[in-house]
Amino acid sequence: MNVAAAPPARPRAVRVDLLLIADMIGANARVLDVGCGDGALLEHLARTKAVDGRGIELSQGDVKECVSRGLAVIQGDADEDLADYPSGAFDYVVLSQTLQATRNPRRVLEEMVRIGARAIVSFPNYGHWRVRWQLLLRGRMPETDILPERWHESPNIHPCTIRDFIALCDELGIAIERQIFADRKGRTSLGGANRRLANLLAEQGLFALRRAR
Amino acid sequence: MSEAFNPLVASERARKAGQYAVLGAERPLKLDCGAELGPFTIAYQTYGRLNAAGSNVVLACHALTGDQYVAGTHPVTGKPGWWELVVGPGRIIDTERYFVICANVLGGCMGTTGPAEVDPATGKPFGLSFPVITVTDMVRAQAMLLDYLGIGDVFCVIGGSMGGMQALQWAATFPERTFAAVPIAAAARHSAQNIAFHEVGRQAIMADRDWHGGDYFSHGTRPHKGLAVARMAAHITYLSEQALRRKFGRRLQDRSNLSYGFDADFQVESYLRHQGSTFVDRFDANSYLYITRAMDYFDLAADKGGRLAEVFTGIKTRFCLISFTSDWLFPTADSREIVHALNAAAAKVSFVEIVTDKGHDAFLLDEPEFHGTLTGFLNGAARERGLG
Repeated sequence: MNVAAAPPARPRAVRVDLLLIADMIGANARVLDVGCGDGALLEHLARTKAVDGRGIELSQGDVKECVSRGLAVIQGDADEDLADYPSGAFDYVVLSQTLQATRNPRRVLEEMVRIGARAIVSFPNYGHWRVRWQLLLRGRMPETDILPERWHESPNIHPCTIRDFIALCDELGIAIERQIFADRKGRTSLGGANRRLANLLAEQGLFALRRAR
Repeated sequence: MSEAFNPLVASERARKAGQYAVLGAERPLKLDCGAELGPFTIAYQTYGRLNAAGSNVVLACHALTGDQYVAGTHPVTGKPGWWELVVGPGRIIDTERYFVICANVLGGCMGTTGPAEVDPATGKPFGLSFPVITVTDMVRAQAMLLDYLGIGDVFCVIGGSMGGMQALQWAATFPERTFAAVPIAAAARHSAQNIAFHEVGRQAIMADRDWHGGDYFSHGTRPHKGLAVARMAAHITYLSEQALRRKFGRRLQDRSNLSYGFDADFQVESYLRHQGSTFVDRFDANSYLYITRAMDYFDLAADKGGRLAEVFTGIKTRFCLISFTSDWLFPTADSREIVHALNAAAAKVSFVEIVTDKGHDAFLLDEPEFHGTLTGFLNGAARERGLG
């Protein structure tokens, strides 16, 4: 058994939507990435912005991958573990493409803006025209590039549209500081600031939030 | 066979085979119980070479019945070291890269001063006159050993079970000397259930007529029966229901029918009897009492009113906690409690729960996901430490 000779960690290509998130984060910030996957965003932030990062990830394999890259990541999930963090512990709490898969998205959002001075959330937009088209014409649950699983296989138990999300933020007294509407590759400026248009054209929404005073 | 075993002889042989240091001659170790100990002996083993910067020290901490022989062949039992799978050249804790130190804990019986040792004041073995020691005392004694060896801070303190308790205590007592800590299958305090199991073991030893109030050396006896029962009861807690079913089920031992008597009809009985009878050949009964007591007394946050996060406030140590799904002695919830406290203290912490049916003992066994996690964490921490 010779497993000690692991190759040194090399920088990896980072998904474009993660780069959009990274752009919102200041240098030397304290960041909690909830559902951090294999740690690509945390690693990118540590390398380019000297961020002090932490992660939470459900998958044992992904946690192992993160730990082996020198990242501080714990096995856990957004629904269970956020409650244990003290208020204001981080500058940013990130939840990328995971909100729709949580059991209690409302509670998760509340915890995020409690723990972080800012929360950054991205999610697939179920209001996109292709989703609407499939439901309207075929009468079947949509399967698109950004939502590839069949309805009974999908982890997405709480799908929402961009307008749904904005409405929930209003309800919770959460202020939206920035909004970015993008296609699946992270290309932006879809619908501009018009939320109705964005809700039709954007495949994902990306929001910087904070608790309103 | 077991009549040949004498803890004093074994202790002497372990010292001769390995390394030892006599510490606390000038300034004795002040124990938690108030007593002072010194001079005392710490028997230890080292593997690999200390680098020029002194930055590659891995302190491996052994569990309740372990000792300093973490790798290689044990000079008393002739068996491989307790972490042979993990420590060695080219292994996860690579002795070509790290300088590994493992010391027999205070109160132990493999060369370090414990209740079997002769008390210089009386010329007789300490027995129950040996002071009650704690995990903190063990850690302070290890720190004295490192001082003696001229080692400042440690790259990584690592251990499972009681070894994990020591790793936690190291980070709490000497945070500036602990670059990284890996407590495996551990807890911040010993649970009521675990204290209860230890009490069963101790009562078994003390109920043995050969124990003689702990003074068995003067009577030329040894409480082998009691110690064996203690070991048998404890051994069940190191396994899991699934593992027992997988390994033994209800299979019979060397027979095709029930005996309608109290022989070891079942394989699981035979296995436990074997565990008990081999244990008395390498362990001292009074040491068992003292070390189980040290674990019972372990409560990391006791002097912080139970607020564990306060123990770690401002700590720079990197932590990696690992638990096992089928471990019911130190269940995942115990590790999570520590993780939550470390998070609350803004410490750098990683945590993985390994899926396995092997129970608490999984940390000693071939468990690839566990070993992969260890490798990853150590490599990451070594990069940060500049160990290449």
